[in-house]
Amino acid sequence: MKYVLLFCGTREQQQAWEEMSEEARQAQYAQVGRWFAENAARLGPGNQLQPPHTATTVRFQGDGEPIVRDGPFIEGNEVIGGYTEITVADLDEALRMAKTWPARGTVEIRPVMGVDQ
Amino acid sequence: MRILGDFDVAEEIVQDALLIALERWPVDGIPERPGAWLLTVARRRALNQLSRDARYREKLAQLEQPVPREPDDRLRLMFTCCHPALSRAAQVALTLRAVCGFTTAEIAHAFLVSETAVAQRIVRARRKIVAAAIPYRMPDDDELGERLSDVLAVLYLMFNEGYLASSGTTPTRRDLAEDAAWLTALVARHMPGEPEPLGLLALMRLHLARAEARFTSAGELVLLQNQDRTLWNRSMIAEGIALIEQAAALGRPGPYQVEAAIVACHAEAQSWAATDWRQIVLLYDLLLLMTPSPVVRLNRAVAVRQVDGPETALAEVNALARDLEHYHLFHAIRGELLLELSEREQARASALRALELTQNRAEQSLLARRLLEW
Repeated sequence: MKYVLLFCGTREQQQAWEEMSEEARQAQYAQVGRWFAENAARLGPGNQLQPPHTATTVRFQGDGEPIVRDGPFIEGNEVIGGYTEITVADLDEALRMAKTWPARGTVEIRPVMGVDQ
Repeated sequence: MRILGDFDVAEEIVQDALLIALERWPVDGIPERPGAWLLTVARRRALNQLSRDARYREKLAQLEQPVPREPDDRLRLMFTCCHPALSRAAQVALTLRAVCGFTTAEIAHAFLVSETAVAQRIVRARRKIVAAAIPYRMPDDDELGERLSDVLAVLYLMFNEGYLASSGTTPTRRDLAEDAAWLTALVARHMPGEPEPLGLLALMRLHLARAEARFTSAGELVLLQNQDRTLWNRSMIAEGIALIEQAAALGRPGPYQVEAAIVACHAEAQSWAATDWRQIVLLYDLLLLMTPSPVVRLNRAVAVRQVDGPETALAEVNALARDLEHYHLFHAIRGELLLELSEREQARASALRALELTQNRAEQSLLARRLLEW
């Protein structure tokens, strides 16, 4: 089964990340790096994303011109920090992986469409 | 289901087997190992199904295995139905449907929702199981604690709904409560190292043991303080207590064990007055450490009344006003305490509020009667 793990957090958590000391940030990256190494066999492509203020949204409404706007599409307090594709046997394995994500916050697990089950 | 790899098909086959059992057992008598028999019939139907379905033909050979001695497919099914990736409502509906064989109509009736809502809930749950690949398996040892808590929560919900239906004209649906108890026994039997299933089973059995005294022949609810305790099933109570002791021996206290102990205090007492209220208050204190909740605090306040008097108890109850504004028992208990303190008008107002908030006919009738008396 293929899933995408979406690594999310609140704006406050995003803020805290940006305000971290370089040392603290490196330590976090080291933990994340270890997680990627431990799970290498299950991981597909993925990336950390630049912070939400760098986002631009194209919103379609009805038949008119789509609207271009500054900022991420999620209006609320949650922001997406990164994603990775994984290939595992089932949801329980995906959950196991997600539960060990060192950067914490919120992880969404979404099955990918159209993969042979 | 490992063989068929398809939750829907497997579930249908187990259901068919259950139906055949219900038809055949009164005629043929109950076979010596009903579980094994069910599985045999299910396998036979599965074999028929597979031979018809070309896609699965190569899996036929796997079915020629001997029947396992202790079929735990029901347990596996229950853990799957109660997977945390499903909403609690979906877990309950799916368990009732797939494991207990309730019809959509019966589930809808029990929980006061429309049949369409139940049907949709079950369809969506099944779709999610397939789309997100929720596996049909017993959780691993390190996952078991969490997963067990979902299963027990569903069973407790089922039991409560059956024991005192929150709505509808039949005050109890005993078969729902007894099914929940039976399933809890199944879980306890297959997990002898886990104390909480034993705790929950004890709790259910202790409630069921006293069921005869809860209603008059006219179907009127009888409060605990007025129940005829000679109608309580003492041997069932003894069994319930033995289960608590069995759980306690495992040395890992938990909320169901503590709740069972509280009920045991009542069940052991010869009368309302002779009840060990101090112990009950202490047990509630312990329960609050494990599961702090306003409802637990409310129930504790009822015991506090017996130890420290109505004024102290009322103060504790009033502190819960914001949390329990919409809970009928909050108002009912508050009314009782106010009456004891001679606040007649406020007591009536509370009782009226309680009446508005419950949809259970027996409870409504009880509250209405008390209003007349006041």
